[in-house]
Amino acid sequence: MNEATIEPLGEDALLLRLGREIDPAVNARVHALARRIEAARPPWLREVVPAYASLAVFLDIDPCTDAGVRAFASAIEWLRRQLDPALSAELPGQARDPATIIEIPVCYGPACAPDLDDLAAHAGLSRQEVVALHCAGDYQVAMVGFAPGFPYLIGLDPRLAMPRLASPRTHVPAGSVAIGGAQAGIYPRASPGGWRLVGRTPLALFDVSWPSPCLLAAGQRVRFRAIDEAAFEALRAEAAA
Amino acid sequence: MSIECLAPGVATLLQDAGRTGLRRHGIAQGGALDPWSFALANLLAGNPAGAPALEITLLGPRLRFHSAARIALCGGGIEAEADGMPLPISRPVDVPGGCVLRLGRCREGARAYLAVCGGFRVAPVLGSASTDLRAGFGGILGRPLRRGDRLDLATDNAAGIATVRFPGWWIDPAFDDQPRGGDRVVRLLPGSDATTSPGTLFARSWQVAPASNRQGLRLLGDGIAAADRKERVSEPVVPGTVQLPPDGQPIVLLADAQTHGGYPRIGHAIRADWPALAQLRPGDRLRFAPCTPEEARAALCRQRQRLHRIALALDAKRALA
Repeated sequence: MNEATIEPLGEDALLLRLGREIDPAVNARVHALARRIEAARPPWLREVVPAYASLAVFLDIDPCTDAGVRAFASAIEWLRRQLDPALSAELPGQARDPATIIEIPVCYGPACAPDLDDLAAHAGLSRQEVVALHCAGDYQVAMVGFAPGFPYLIGLDPRLAMPRLASPRTHVPAGSVAIGGAQAGIYPRASPGGWRLVGRTPLALFDVSWPSPCLLAAGQRVRFRAIDEAAFEALRAEAAA
Repeated sequence: MSIECLAPGVATLLQDAGRTGLRRHGIAQGGALDPWSFALANLLAGNPAGAPALEITLLGPRLRFHSAARIALCGGGIEAEADGMPLPISRPVDVPGGCVLRLGRCREGARAYLAVCGGFRVAPVLGSASTDLRAGFGGILGRPLRRGDRLDLATDNAAGIATVRFPGWWIDPAFDDQPRGGDRVVRLLPGSDATTSPGTLFARSWQVAPASNRQGLRLLGDGIAAADRKERVSEPVVPGTVQLPPDGQPIVLLADAQTHGGYPRIGHAIRADWPALAQLRPGDRLRFAPCTPEEARAALCRQRQRLHRIALALDAKRALA
């Protein structure tokens, strides 16, 4: 599967692509590559931005000097050399360490889950079965994007996959736990959105006052735990305090 | 040492040079949409090029200065008067305490910048004073300026200004050599997703749609087709990326661009043309032209050199003053 490519992304970034699909193995390789680039700390490195099957590398190089032009070329060469090992490397983390799983409490009550009935009908399951399947999954944060702190999760049970709404909602409440096709996600902040809303978490996912503003980071593993309305309200009050 | 908002204008935002290094968290770069006019306003006001300034969209605010200040306005051909006296743009202007600055329409573009000597006193969020409207943080509580807001000034270094006054010189604010009038030309580096015929994108003229904002310019025209219709997984995008949604109407992403996108990327507007993109108004027309990385770099370097020369000239003026 040697389809790794490297191409410019505007003037100060490069796109390293390891595949073209949503595939947990490819995504794991993306994160392994991101970690290796960051660990090497090349002096020109500004930022690594992972996605499902690719990652962007932002370079902090002055393009207006000859030295900068040479540095850019050698950075590309260096990154190219990282690609082959990224494709052939043994993947770490296949041994599941339960301590590293982040648990997200979710209320699946009707007020928090406007699309749960539609999803159950679509899947041919009961509400309880949908909740059980949703909570049984072991998810991985494939990337954080779209909005600050929005995690794209892979690992959704295929029986729960459902296409997005034909017309997006103008208002999705903060904390909404959502399904868009085969992907799962959580809206950190009230916003418009077209994914199916199957629950809501009282947890804050993003806060600029935290040392690291996102609750979740790409590469982390996540599991959902069902809570009732009372627990939801209690946790929300706690989070707001 | 503060400025009070008497009327907010259409969308007046505190902006600086933006946030870097946070795209992995889904956080946009943001910052001044027209980096050229923004830098110039700051240099004229005597600030570092990246100090926080007010970004004015289409129609400006009315502001009362509670203390004297040296200010500068750049970009958009904005109409301005202080205590009833018409003000020039692209020059430093001294205003006395109590002065009311009335900013009107942008006659030649979409965005103007108001810089105040010493800058605004604003607590940076995640390393920047920029307003992130979509995420709701930064600047003034993550929102546009409102009537009644008071903006604190960082320093008081305008003592002795008793009347509105400005020097008898100015700078030429042109940032490039494009002629005025007609279609604006925006240069593109090729994207990874080709269109059906590479020339199609460059052959037609596009109109800026009213739904455009700081996140992106939506374009209207004879739609173009992507090379294929297969689904794409979301990949990183950057300011300048030109996306092609299924309806064939391109979107040029600007400073508030989201971090990832799933539409085909058919090109990247070069950095040197971002100021021009920021000044396009709904209804304006543009045309894309192909560009090589070398040409993009040369254009950026010319722009930077021009800014450096202006900074040196301003230093010389101040030394003589």
